[in-house]
Order: sequence, then structure tokens, then C-alpha cells
Amino acid sequence: MRVLLVDDEVEYVATLAERLSFRGVEARWASNAKEALAYINQEPFDVAVLDVKMPKMGGIELKRRIEEIAPGMRFIYLTGHGSEDDYKKGITDGISYLIKPVDIDQLMKVINQAAAGRIG
Amino acid sequence: MSIIERYKPAFLDSSAQGPKGSRHTLNYKKIWQMVIFLTAAVTLVPLITITMLDYNVTQKSIESEISLRTRRTVSNTKRTIVSFFSARRSALDFIVHDNDISVLSNTNRLEEILNDLEISFGGFVDLGVINDKGVQIAYSGAYNLGGKDYSDQAWFNRVVDMGVYKSEVFLGFRNKPHLVIAVKCEFGESGFYVLRATLDTDQFNDIFATLELNGEGDAFLINHEGVIQTPSRYQGDVFSTVSILVPPYSDYTQVQEYRQEDKEQFIVGYAYIPDTNFILMIVKQKAALMKSWYATRSNLIGFLLLSITLILGVIVLGTTYLVNQMFFSDRKRAMVMHRIEYDNKLSTVGRLAAGVAHEINNPLAIINEKAGLIKDLFVYREKYSGDDKLMGLVESVLSSVTRCGTITKRLLNFARHMDESFQTVDIKTVIKEALGFLVKEAEYRSIEIVVTVPEEFPEVECDRGKLQQVLLNIVNNAFSAIGSEGRLTIEVQTKNEQFWILTLADTGCGIPEKDIEMIFEPFYTSKLDQGGTGLGLSITYQLIEEAGGFIKVESEVGRGTSFIITMPFKPKKRKEANTCESF
Repeated sequence: MRVLLVDDEVEYVATLAERLSFRGVEARWASNAKEALAYINQEPFDVAVLDVKMPKMGGIELKRRIEEIAPGMRFIYLTGHGSEDDYKKGITDGISYLIKPVDIDQLMKVINQAAAGRIG
Repeated sequence: MSIIERYKPAFLDSSAQGPKGSRHTLNYKKIWQMVIFLTAAVTLVPLITITMLDYNVTQKSIESEISLRTRRTVSNTKRTIVSFFSARRSALDFIVHDNDISVLSNTNRLEEILNDLEISFGGFVDLGVINDKGVQIAYSGAYNLGGKDYSDQAWFNRVVDMGVYKSEVFLGFRNKPHLVIAVKCEFGESGFYVLRATLDTDQFNDIFATLELNGEGDAFLINHEGVIQTPSRYQGDVFSTVSILVPPYSDYTQVQEYRQEDKEQFIVGYAYIPDTNFILMIVKQKAALMKSWYATRSNLIGFLLLSITLILGVIVLGTTYLVNQMFFSDRKRAMVMHRIEYDNKLSTVGRLAAGVAHEINNPLAIINEKAGLIKDLFVYREKYSGDDKLMGLVESVLSSVTRCGTITKRLLNFARHMDESFQTVDIKTVIKEALGFLVKEAEYRSIEIVVTVPEEFPEVECDRGKLQQVLLNIVNNAFSAIGSEGRLTIEVQTKNEQFWILTLADTGCGIPEKDIEMIFEPFYTSKLDQGGTGLGLSITYQLIEEAGGFIKVESEVGRGTSFIITMPFKPKKRKEANTCESF
């Protein structure tokens, strides 16, 4: 399982990636859209976990961009905001939406589900 | 409530004035009084003034007319009387000039003349010729007066002096009233005789009988001593004394008012008949004359009083209604302003809280992952897995993070739902979320919270944010009421197909009966010294109403308070929040 994590909080996303790797996931992390897209262009991924609110380009816009390059990608949204609009947007896209701080096991479950194609 | 209490308008209530820094901009009682006073003054003063003027003018006019009419009647009657005497005197004058003394001394001739007089005038009873010595030298008539000596009689001297004499009425032949006219005729040098005639008073009295008088008028003659000479309707018999004071002498007709002690008022018109001892009196009863005026006057006064009553009634009712409307309008304005203020504050605080929560979430997430990583390292690497103490510490950190996460999630949740409107919710969840904010405080105050929601309770479509505000508000109040050591029971049940009931009952200090009606009133508070604005329950009431529900309260001092909120399962399509159909 190859997962790309994108979040502007470096400490957070790096640690998360490390924790996922303990659980058998090959995780890459990026702290902005540019880095993320660079990874997408270079390597294949099964699931992309995107923070919704990021400076310059947020998760929703990034999803679109990624889909242009890698159409079969599955997505999961992360947010610390809990704002109504983001939530609704996420829901209508049919994508899972998790609120930080996430439970690692919950995250694993959702990643597996996404990869299996049941959601995303 | 007494009738006055029930109808007393709200703005007069002193408690409506509010505490210092009153939210009302105007002193309604004063305005009410001023408006009523000014309007009443400006309408009533002219009305009353004009009515009084009209009254005076009309009364004077009527009195003047009465006086004039009486005066005219008296004058006309006086003229008639004077004519009466004048005609008969002229007749006698004619006789003496037409007939020589020697002719007249003949009794037969006298008798002829008497007959002629009787035929032409009527009313002549006798005729007598008296010489200059006062002796009746010839007589024709009913009596037997030939040779009678009148020399020492006053009338004889009078006719000698004045040339003519008209007597008063006296009781004569057959005890009927008569009067006498005598004329003097001079002949030669200082020779004279007197022709004397007695008349009965029938024709004389007819003058009065044929008068048409209003006001129960009584026309008659009296002499200068007040003895009645001709028949009177009300004043007494002929020869009795009139009860009215004899009026003072005047050349002209006079009209006076006369009042008998404790009895009626009279209008007395009189005229002294010249060359006689008669005074013509026409006496009318003022009451009878003024009867139509009195009726008019009653109508006028009645109309005035009715008008005043109506005017005052309309002014007072109208002003009261208007000032009341002003009062309510002002109050509503204040309420709306405060509601806006409240909503703004809530919104600001909500946004603030959400901002804080969001900011905290980031470092919180980092702590979570770092601690998680430490735990992972313990789990996945042999090196640390044996150290229980370290593991324990890490677990502790993780669980604290979870707790923080719950708090921020709750806050963010609440903030998120503030701006929403209607959505389908699970009541139990909503209640739990709201209580989530207060669980710590409840523990601290030793207040037990019991929530009862039926198992299969259906989902409700409502404004989640509003419902939570309502819950928070009431629960906060309950906590205040309880203080510490108590219980709060929250119960949900179905009322019928359309409505469900939420009951919040506390074991607090209760609300006194006199305050119960007022607690939903805006600005009513028992927490003034703590800075209470009295708006919490008023806004709660509004929120419930806007959601299509209804709230009522039951309370007993010392035992506790229950708020019973009835809410619809589905909101109605509503335009104006003020419609709330009760059940």
C-alpha cells in the first residue's frame, strides 16, 4: 500500500507518515501542493490523504490536480477546522473526511477502505 | 385580578419603567397625561365656552321676548281700557252738549237717553243729573236715588275739580260689581251740573276675558291699594287684595319679575290707567312661560354632558391605545436590538471559539502523533516494550490528548451548527452535546443530571443550533437555581403525531408565583446585581417560538422548577416568526 500524505504542518505529517510505516504502509509526505504533485508525477500511490486547509492550494483543489495526473487515485480528507463548508464539500464528493487529531487505527481503517474501492 | 388591574394599560405599570438606565426612552405615563390634558382642554374649553355663551344669549333672548310680548299685551289692553272709558265719557259729553240742563232734568228724557245708551253701548245701568249743590235733580235707573245729596262725597268734589270722574269697581245694584263715570258740564257763568252714569262691568270684564294670554296669564285690574277690581284667574276674587305687591307708579307700561316667598316666580306686566284709580295687571307664571326654554335648556345641557363624556371617552381611550402601542413598539424595538446584540455576540464568540479550537488542534495533533509514535516505538521495537513506566506515561499523554480533542471537537461542532437552519437531528445526541459543555460544572456543583429519551424516539427536524442554545440557557438557569447539590432531569416524550415534549426539571429554589408570569418578559431578571440582563429566558422564548414551539413553566418555591417545551417534529413553512399556534 502506497500512501501520500499532504499537510502543511511538517511535524505532524512526518510523524504520521512514520507511524503508518510501522503498520505496513509505504508512506510519503509532502508539506505543500508543489511537493505533492512532484511525488505524484514520480511515483505511483494508492491513496492520497490531503489536509483540506493549506496555504496557496488547499486539499480540494489539490485533489483535482492530482486526478488530472493520476485518475485512479483514492482520496481522504483531513481537517482540524471542522468548518461546515469543507465538510459538505467532502461529503458530496463521496470522500471520507476525518477531523484532527485522528485516531491512527481509524485512519488505517479508512485508508484500507479507500484502497479497496469501497469509498473514494 | 380586579377590573382595574385587568384593563390597566401596560405602560402605566410602574415596573414597566425598568431599573435605572431604563431601556425605555420615554416616560409614558407623563406623555399619556399630557396628551389627554391638552387634547381635552383644546376640545372641551371651546365647547363649554360656546355652550355657555349660547345658553346665556338664548336665555336672555327668550326672557326679552317674553318681556316684550307681555309689554305689548299690556300696552294694547291699556289702550283698550282707555278707549272704553274714553268712548263712554265722550257719550256722556255728547249728551250734556246735546241736551240742555233743563231737558236733562226731565226724568222722562233721561229715561229715553238711558235707553238709547243701552241700545248703542249696552251696560248702562242708570243715569243721573246732579246740580251744583250736589243734589241729584233727575235720575233714571234701577235704584231709587232721586234727590240724593252727594255734596260731601269725594267723587263729587273730584268731578267738580277735574271735570270728569271714573270710579273704582264697587258692589252695586243686586250686589253685582259696577262702576261710575261722571262728567261736569258748565253753563253760563260758574254754573254747572254733573251727569253721572253707572255701568255694569260685563263689557268691562270682557276686555280681559277675551285676551289670549300665554304662560297661564291672568289679566285684571286692581286699584292703587291692591284691591282686585275685575275677575282674576288666580289672584283671588273681586274685592280681595292681590297677593302681589302693588307696583310703583309709572307713566309707561312696565314688566317686572316678582317672586313670592318659596313659591313660583311671576312675570308681572302692569300699566297705570290714566285718570283712574286702576292699575292694569297681567300676571304670568314664569315657569309656564319658560317651559319650552327649560326643555331646550335640558336638551342643551344634556347634549353638552353627552358630548363631554364622548369626547373625554374617545380622548382617553384613543390616547391610551396609542401610548400603549408606542410602549409596546418601543419595547419590541428594544427586544429586537437586544436580540441582534445577542446574536452578534454569540456569533462573535462562536467564531472566536472556533478559531481558538482550530489553532489548538494543530499542536494537539502534533502531540497526538508524537506520543503515538513513542507508543508505536514501544510496541514495534523490543528495546522499550518492557518499560512499563514509560509506557504508562505515554498512555497518559495520549489520553489527555484525546480529552482535549473531545473538547475542541465539541466546540467546533457547536460553532459549525450555529449558522445552520433546519436539519434532521437525533435528540439524544443534541442533548448530550449541549450537556457536554456543562458536565464539568455539574460535577463541581454536585448536580446530578438525568436524561431520559425513549428508545425508538424518531428523528426531529429542527434548528440544531437554536435547540442547543435553548438547552444551554435553561440548564444554566437550573444550575443557578440549584446552586449546589441537586438534580436536573431532562425528559423527552412524544405528545402526538405532530409534537414532542422536552421537559427540564430542576430541584432548585423555584420561582415565586408573582414572578412566574414575568419571567419570559424581556428585561425581567432576578440577577440584576450579578449583571443579569433579563434577556436569557426572553430570547429562549423567542428561539422556541421561531422554531415553531411553545414553552411554559411550572414552579414551586423551595421545591424546584420545570420548563415544558413543546416542539413540532417538522417545522411549518413560516414567514413570520411571530405565528405560533398553540394547541
